[in-house]
Amino acid sequence: MSGPSKYVPQSGFEKWIDKRLPLVRFAYDTMIDFPTPKNLNYWWTFGAVLAIFLGIQIVTGIVLVMHYIPATDRAFMSIAHIMRDVNYGWLIRYMHMSGASFFFLAVYLHIFRGLYYGSYKEPREVLWGLGVIIYLLMVMTAFMGYVLPWGQMSFWGATVITNLTSAIPFVGESIHNWLLGGFAVDQPTLNRFLSLHYLLPFVILGVVVLHIWALHVPGNNNPTGVEVKDVEKETLPFHPYYTIKDAFAILVFLMVYFAFVFFAPEALNHPDNYIPANNQVTPAHIVPEWYLLPFYAILRAVDFDIIPGIFTAKLGGVIAMLGAILVWLALPVLDSSKIKSMRYRPLARIFWFIWIANFIFLGICGAMPAQAPWTWLSKIGLVYYFLYFLVILPVLSKIEKPKTPPASIADSIADAPKGEEPNPNIVGVVQN
Amino acid sequence: MSDNTTTKDEGLVNRRDALHLASGAVALGGAAMAAWPLIHQMNPSADTLALSSIEFDLTAVPEGSQAKILWRGQPMFIRHRTAAEIAQAKKDDKATDLKDPETDAKRITQSNGKVGKEEYLIMLAACTHLGCIPVGVNESGYLGEYGGWFCPCHGSQYDTAGRIRKGPAPKNLVIPPYLYTSDTIVKIG
Repeated sequence: MSGPSKYVPQSGFEKWIDKRLPLVRFAYDTMIDFPTPKNLNYWWTFGAVLAIFLGIQIVTGIVLVMHYIPATDRAFMSIAHIMRDVNYGWLIRYMHMSGASFFFLAVYLHIFRGLYYGSYKEPREVLWGLGVIIYLLMVMTAFMGYVLPWGQMSFWGATVITNLTSAIPFVGESIHNWLLGGFAVDQPTLNRFLSLHYLLPFVILGVVVLHIWALHVPGNNNPTGVEVKDVEKETLPFHPYYTIKDAFAILVFLMVYFAFVFFAPEALNHPDNYIPANNQVTPAHIVPEWYLLPFYAILRAVDFDIIPGIFTAKLGGVIAMLGAILVWLALPVLDSSKIKSMRYRPLARIFWFIWIANFIFLGICGAMPAQAPWTWLSKIGLVYYFLYFLVILPVLSKIEKPKTPPASIADSIADAPKGEEPNPNIVGVVQN
Repeated sequence: MSDNTTTKDEGLVNRRDALHLASGAVALGGAAMAAWPLIHQMNPSADTLALSSIEFDLTAVPEGSQAKILWRGQPMFIRHRTAAEIAQAKKDDKATDLKDPETDAKRITQSNGKVGKEEYLIMLAACTHLGCIPVGVNESGYLGEYGGWFCPCHGSQYDTAGRIRKGPAPKNLVIPPYLYTSDTIVKIG
C-alpha cells in the first residue's frame, strides 16, 4: 500500500530537513496520506485504542516507580503510601491498574477482529505474528506488574507461575532457581520483576513499531477481505478520515475506562491482594487477573499424566497453556481458505462465534475452584479451543463452500443497501 | 581465470577461510563469555546459597499436628504422625495408585541413609505441582481422601507419608536433607 511519497515540503525548514532526515515526510506518509480502505468498521479502531493504552501504562508506570519501593518488607506499604499520601497517587495507581484491564480488553477485541476478518492471511502473516509476540510480551509484563504490590495474590501468583518452568524436563529446577534468584519467591525475585516490568513495555513499543511497519506495507485488511484494487476509488487518506474515527472510538473507550477508574477501581481486582504477602499461607483459591483466566483454565484442565513419570500432568498443562497462544502463530498455515472474511464463510463463521463463546466460557472455568464440574468443563473448553485451530479451520478451508465476496471494495460499497433518505421535517427542528 | 585455478580453489580451505572461521569462533566465544556474567547474576546469590542449616526441637510438635518452619526461605512441614496414620502409610506402600512409588520407610530416611523416626515426617511444604502450600492437619480445610494434605490451588492430594495420590502434582512432597542430632533435636540442611 505504501506507494511513492506524495509529500511536498513547504517551508524552508521542511525542505532543509527533508534532505537530511526526512522525518516529516515519514510522518506525512504514515499518519496523514496513508491510503486506508473506505469500508473499515469500528472493529478497526482498536489498534489506535491500544496505542493510547500503551502510552497511558508507560506514563503512569514511570510515575509510580518514583514512589514504589521494591523491598519485600516495604513494597506493600509503599503502595499504601502511593494511595494515601502521594499527591494524586490514588488516581495514577488506579489508572495503571484499570489500564492493564482495558489494555487487555482492547487487545482481545483486536485479536478477535483479526480472527473474524482473516487479517492473519497472506500478505499479513508477519503483521499477525508480530501481534502475537506483542500479546505474549503483554502477558509477561502484566504478570510481573501484578507481583509488585506484594500482596497475597502477588506472592502466590508469582509462586505458581514461576513454578511452571520447573516442568521443563532435566533443566527445569535450575531454570526455576535462576528465574527466582533463590529457592522460593523472595527479595531477588521482586527486584528483578520490577526491572523487567519496567523494561518490557519499551520492548513492546519496539515491536509495535515493527507491527505498524508491517501493516503499512500491505495496508489494512477490511471487512470484505478483498484487497484494495483501485487506490483512488477505494481508499481515503488516513487523516482526517480515520484520525477522526479513531479519536471518536478512543473517547468512547476512555469514558468506560474512566468510569471504572473513578467509580469501580477495585471491581476487577482481587481483595486478597490487600493482604500482605505471607510465604507460609496459600490463599484458599488462587486466581490470576481476569484477562488471563482462559489460559489458566487450560493449564488446570490437564490434571492427568499423559505418560506417567515422563510426560506429567504438570508439563502437559504448561505445554497446553503456551500452545494455546503459540497456535495463533500457525494460523496462516492452518487456515488455507482463500476467502479472508468470515462474512463469506457461512460455516467457519458459526465456529468462530462458538470459539469466542468458548473463550469466555474458559475464562469462567478459570475463575472457579479446581473441583467438579469445573475440572471437566475446562477439559471440554480446552478441546474445542484447539479443535477450532487444528481441525475445524484446516478442514473447512478444504470443504466449505464460501459465498462469493464482492469483486472489489468499490463494488461492495455500491451494492450496500441505501440508507433512508433524510427526513425533510427533521431539518427544521432547531428553529430559534 | 583459467580452469586450472578454479579447480585448485575448489574444496580447499584457503588462508582466508581459516581466518574467517577462527575470528568468527573468537567473536562467538567472546560474546558467550561476556553474556555469562549477565545471565549468572540472576542465579541464587552467595547469601541465599549459604544455607545456614537450622535445628528444630521436635517436642514442640504434639502428636497428631504439624509445625511449619522456614528453611532457606522455603516453608517446611514437620508432622508428628499418630500410630493410625503411620499404619495407614505403611499399608499404602503396596497401593497401586502411587504416582511416585516410595515406601514409608524411604519417606523418613535421614541424609545419612539411616531410617529416622517414623512418627516425624519432615518435608518441604511446596506442592510439587506449582508450589502452593497444601492444607494439613490442625488447619481448617479439607485434607483430601488420603488424610494427608490437600493442595487448594489445583486439587493435588497427598497421603500420610506425603506421597502424591491424586491430582496434577507429579512427585511426592520433597524430603530435605536432615539428621537427628539427639533424641528430640533435628538438624535440617
